[in-house]
Amino acid sequence: MSGALLSVEDAVVDLPTPRGNLRAVDHVDLAVGAGKTLGIVGESGCGKTMLSRAVLQLLPKKAKLSGRVMFNGQDLTTLSAEKLRKLRGRSLAVVFQDPMTSLNPVLTIGTQLIETIQEHLELDLAQARQRSIELLAAVGIPAPEQRLAQYPHQLSGGMRQRVAIAIALSCEPQLLIADEPTTALDVTIQAQILDLLAREQQRRHMAMIIITHDLGVVAGRTDEVAVMYAGRVVERAPTPALFKQMRMPYTEALLAALPKLDVAPHTPLPAISGRPPDPTRPLKGCSFSPRCRYSAGRCTTEKPRLSPAETQEHLYACFHPIAAGVGA
Amino acid sequence: MLQTASDPLMKVENLVVEYSVGGKTIHAVSDVSLEIARGETLGLVGESGCGKSTLGRAVLQLRQAVSGKVLFDGHDLTTLKGESLRKMRRRVQLIFQDPIASLNPRRRIGDIVAEPLMIAGVKDPEERKRRVDEVLSAVGLDPALVSGRQPHEFSGGQCQRICIARSLVLNPEFVICDEPVSALDVSIRAQILNLLEEMKARYGLTLLFIAHDLAVVKAVSDRVAVMYLGRLCEVGPSEQLFARPAHPYTALLIEAIPVPDPDVRPTQSVPVGEPPSPIAPPSGCRFRTRCPRADARCAGEVPELRVVAPGQFAACHHPLI
Ligand SMILES: Nc1ncnc2c1ncn2[C@@H]1O[C@H](COP(=O)(O)OP(=O)(O)OP(=O)(O)O)[C@@H](O)[C@H]1O
Ligand SMILES: Nc1ncnc2c1ncn2[C@@H]1O[C@H](COP(=O)(O)OP(=O)(O)OP(=O)(O)O)[C@@H](O)[C@H]1O
Ligand code: SF4
Ligand code: SF4
Ligand SMILES: [Mg+2]
Ligand SMILES: [Mg+2]
Repeated sequence: MSGALLSVEDAVVDLPTPRGNLRAVDHVDLAVGAGKTLGIVGESGCGKTMLSRAVLQLLPKKAKLSGRVMFNGQDLTTLSAEKLRKLRGRSLAVVFQDPMTSLNPVLTIGTQLIETIQEHLELDLAQARQRSIELLAAVGIPAPEQRLAQYPHQLSGGMRQRVAIAIALSCEPQLLIADEPTTALDVTIQAQILDLLAREQQRRHMAMIIITHDLGVVAGRTDEVAVMYAGRVVERAPTPALFKQMRMPYTEALLAALPKLDVAPHTPLPAISGRPPDPTRPLKGCSFSPRCRYSAGRCTTEKPRLSPAETQEHLYACFHPIAAGVGA
Repeated sequence: MLQTASDPLMKVENLVVEYSVGGKTIHAVSDVSLEIARGETLGLVGESGCGKSTLGRAVLQLRQAVSGKVLFDGHDLTTLKGESLRKMRRRVQLIFQDPIASLNPRRRIGDIVAEPLMIAGVKDPEERKRRVDEVLSAVGLDPALVSGRQPHEFSGGQCQRICIARSLVLNPEFVICDEPVSALDVSIRAQILNLLEEMKARYGLTLLFIAHDLAVVKAVSDRVAVMYLGRLCEVGPSEQLFARPAHPYTALLIEAIPVPDPDVRPTQSVPVGEPPSPIAPPSGCRFRTRCPRADARCAGEVPELRVVAPGQFAACHHPLI
């Protein structure tokens, strides 16, 4: 995609494990433009976090990354550690599922906010403090001034996630990656946090990547969705197009398996049988083939490539796409 | 009690459970009454920390109640002791949220599933093996393949199948499922929910199904009870409760669920605010600090559960219906 703020080009992440090589991310291409929100959806272990760590250049030491990560016209994979450190926190920010992984338990909220701000912006202590208070208020924390003196453990899970978001937003990043920011939270708090992210994203014209396993979360809050399975992007489309017509059987099955409020109790759920393949034992054909009810012919011998459907924006990797008549 | 089930197998009356932490009292379950009919699934929903697990544990007598009764098939479990309590408890089982952590990592699957039989005094090894094999097959595992292996060799979904097998091996009548699918992936979650439904039919079970996900609860429950900060807000038939919630908290929960449909824009009306502390719950209605309808009466007077529609009860001074 030309003009994208971030584009990931043919990214591969390999991790050595005692069981052999584990390909966590398998030839992934993605892009997100300024002011846009991309959703990445998939089951546990499909490589969502590894992909976002590849973007942030925060992979485990033993991991091997190939491909390019273009951000603002520069390839992050070639930048020095010092340049990357500056970039992260300033232009590239991240919020994790567990806010405690981004918060320091022994420092007060105020110290953490003020330090981050002063590291990246040229503000004196009083200005940084003022800005911290504004940020805490912006993310919906009551009595922000008093909060500066509190420690993370003195806050509820929802409040902690708000603080983590405030820190991530503190230097006006161009891209925010939110890796399952609400998975550990209750539905009412989840809705508040997602509203907050959407509001800040629009206000700042920031690009955002929301990572989740819940198709419900991406439906109402993203411009584009990428569905991952076993390290690959298997379907990618503008959000309305994806939900209007899912082409890849896995995407359809994932949506069908979700319990829904408008279905009568005791209706058997269309479950997906089996489970994802062992990532250290890659399959020759389509990774979804052992669980796919449409699997036939070359599904077990050849890997389907991610390619466009009727429109250039809607991509899927499947030999027998749903309701298309263009398969095999 | 108003919520009369025609043939209650389990009846909880005015149950109060508290914890004491650093000299302070946590009001985990406050004056909760419930009935569960034979063969019924009652779903119990509410936010983290509202007291769902505590209620489940108190029903099983794993946690002593401060006051109140737990009547199982007419016997008050809170007053039973020794052998008679053990006998009664055999008929009631529990399935936990974290399937992997609830299995002993050093034991073989066959022994784990047989353990309740050992405790119950089934001495004949042939008989134990027969029952373990039967129940493992019932949950979709091949006894010959899994019996000799250890928990770490199985995925989360398979471990939950093993836990379900273990809970069913004594042929219980009543099973409390405490967030049995919360730790599982969407695709595996559907498999386990279907399995629970199948097991319920096959073994004629009565279930108390605890979860914080409303859609999950609705998928398996005949009736649903909604809890907030230790108190019951609303109880009613699943379809009816979700179609026409009477309690503002139930309505809020329904509204907050993300819908997998891009044409449904998420509502921005969810009020900011978080559950208050169970150490000092608000006076009157405990939901009043987040409730859009709260008034002076809500602060002064605890709302009682009242009928709002046939079979539907809400504890609210200003119900939505
Ligand atoms: N530090 C690590 N060393 C080796 N393998 C790892 C490491 N971290 C993750 N993996 C493996 O890499 C694969 C991708 O993991 P990743 O964490 O990206 O998944 P995910 O999609 O984020 O899952 P979840 O939804 O559970 O967060 C998995 O098979 C996982 O087991
Ligand atoms: N052993 C304990 N000691 C002290 N307090 C406890 C204990 N167990 C639970 N609590 C407290 O009692 C209240 C109710 O907790 P409980 O675990 O029953 O909630 P829950 O609804 O099951 O929550 P979750 O959805 O997180 O499992 C909470 O405030 C909790 O912190
Ligand atoms: S390529 Fe074949 S196995 Fe894979 S999703 Fe498509 S139909 Fe199913
Ligand atoms: S009693 Fe009052 S505060 Fe409580 S739910 Fe009803 S209206 Fe709201
Ligand atoms: Mg992850
Ligand atoms: Mg619990």
